[in-house]
Amino acid sequence: MGKQGPGSSTRVDAIRHYLQRFAYVGLVGAAFGLMMLGKAETVIVEEVRARINDAFAPILEAIAEPAETVRSYLDEGRQFLSIHEENMRLTQENERLLKWQTVARKVEAENVILRDLLNFQVGPEASYIAARVISDDGGTFSESALVYAGKREGVNNGQAVVTGEGLVGRVAGVAHRSARVLLLTDLNSRIPVMIESSRARGILAGRNEEKPILTKLPPGTIVSPGDRIVTSGHGGAFPEGIPVGLITAVNDALVEITPFVDSQRLEIVRIVDYGLDGILDRHRLRTDLPKDDLPVAVVPEEKTVEPMHTVVPKPGTERRPSEP
Amino acid sequence: MKPAFWQRLDLWARNISPVGLTVLLILLSVIPTHIPGYASIVPQLALMGVFHWTVFRPDLFPILAVFLIGILQDSLSGAPMGLNTLVYLTVFGVVLGQRRFFLGKSFFVEWLGFSIICAGAALQAWLLLSAYYVHVLAPAPVLFQYLMSIAFYPLLAWIMGRWQTSILR
Repeated sequence: MGKQGPGSSTRVDAIRHYLQRFAYVGLVGAAFGLMMLGKAETVIVEEVRARINDAFAPILEAIAEPAETVRSYLDEGRQFLSIHEENMRLTQENERLLKWQTVARKVEAENVILRDLLNFQVGPEASYIAARVISDDGGTFSESALVYAGKREGVNNGQAVVTGEGLVGRVAGVAHRSARVLLLTDLNSRIPVMIESSRARGILAGRNEEKPILTKLPPGTIVSPGDRIVTSGHGGAFPEGIPVGLITAVNDALVEITPFVDSQRLEIVRIVDYGLDGILDRHRLRTDLPKDDLPVAVVPEEKTVEPMHTVVPKPGTERRPSEP
Repeated sequence: MKPAFWQRLDLWARNISPVGLTVLLILLSVIPTHIPGYASIVPQLALMGVFHWTVFRPDLFPILAVFLIGILQDSLSGAPMGLNTLVYLTVFGVVLGQRRFFLGKSFFVEWLGFSIICAGAALQAWLLLSAYYVHVLAPAPVLFQYLMSIAFYPLLAWIMGRWQTSILR
């Protein structure tokens, strides 16, 4: 280390010192530049991130699995202590669900008959890709998680990510064997949703806080705590009707949603392949244009043409450079 | 010829271990713990590594390593690219300038120093992130993360100190 004092400084030391300082300033500049590039939605930045994630995904996967096993043992122990109450609760729930089953059977049969009568076309069948979650939700700086499935498994940008309970988020950034899932709570997350009972459409916007909010509701919509929120299927990326959450608080400024999915307990998620190529595939968008007006191949500049009026996020809020 | 080679390899492995340990800390901080509420306040483990090694072995902790550690943290945690990189570089620069203040002092001085530096880092990260998103973010998670980091520092400092005396000599 050639910086003891003025006595020992030779020319070489001086040069080394300057080089170090130069390197420091240069790297700080590079970090700033990276942030700017990221802000400007440069593809390279996301590509670099995807590559790095891909390289570390197998390691994270290897650590994640034993960690899960330990946790499940702990959970088992905890459950053992409360086995009696749990049993009571489940018996009650079972009773309740049996009633619902009867209702569902009746409705299903009725639905089949009505569909026959109307010659109703069922939408595309969804297929699922199961993936293990290999990182914690990013914590303070972002609300996203890595999953161990990527292009190799057929994951694409914009696809919905669900668990048995409901919607987790969407895929934002795919690499060869890993993908990043943007959770509902992330500041960049905008999901077209509707209130299940009134069918009023809105946008679910994350805030990097525990609870996302419901915005862009049509004026005069009546919302009340306890209303269920489901995806509206607008935008063409998500199937309609995936459960999202419950309205838990309503005041003048905000409608707060509590998601059904606890993002901190994600282990395995399912990525829904709905046969739609993410958000920006115009072929599947319900547009006002006649069908033959659609181009044969999706050309990149098409994304500036945005015929949807209900689901377009506020300009400048939808920032995900990873989307095509 | 042979022993010289193995000795060099051994020395090289020892010398690279501070950076390796810090990378391990990053991985530890992103794996899923499934503890409710923990994810949003997970301590800044990598920052502790950067702080500790910059104070005690800056010769084994080059600037470029700090940069790469920041990039790794950013890309794995999903934070905007460059955010933690900037924070770690700032910490590196500040600590390197104030090294004499920490060397040969008691652990409490080191801990105090870390809590001051970490406060600055948390504030910087919060400001940068708010500017990045053009949105004033809730300060509570950053504050809790900061407190968690201070609470965890003695344990990690002890481990890294042991490592330093036994492996690096």
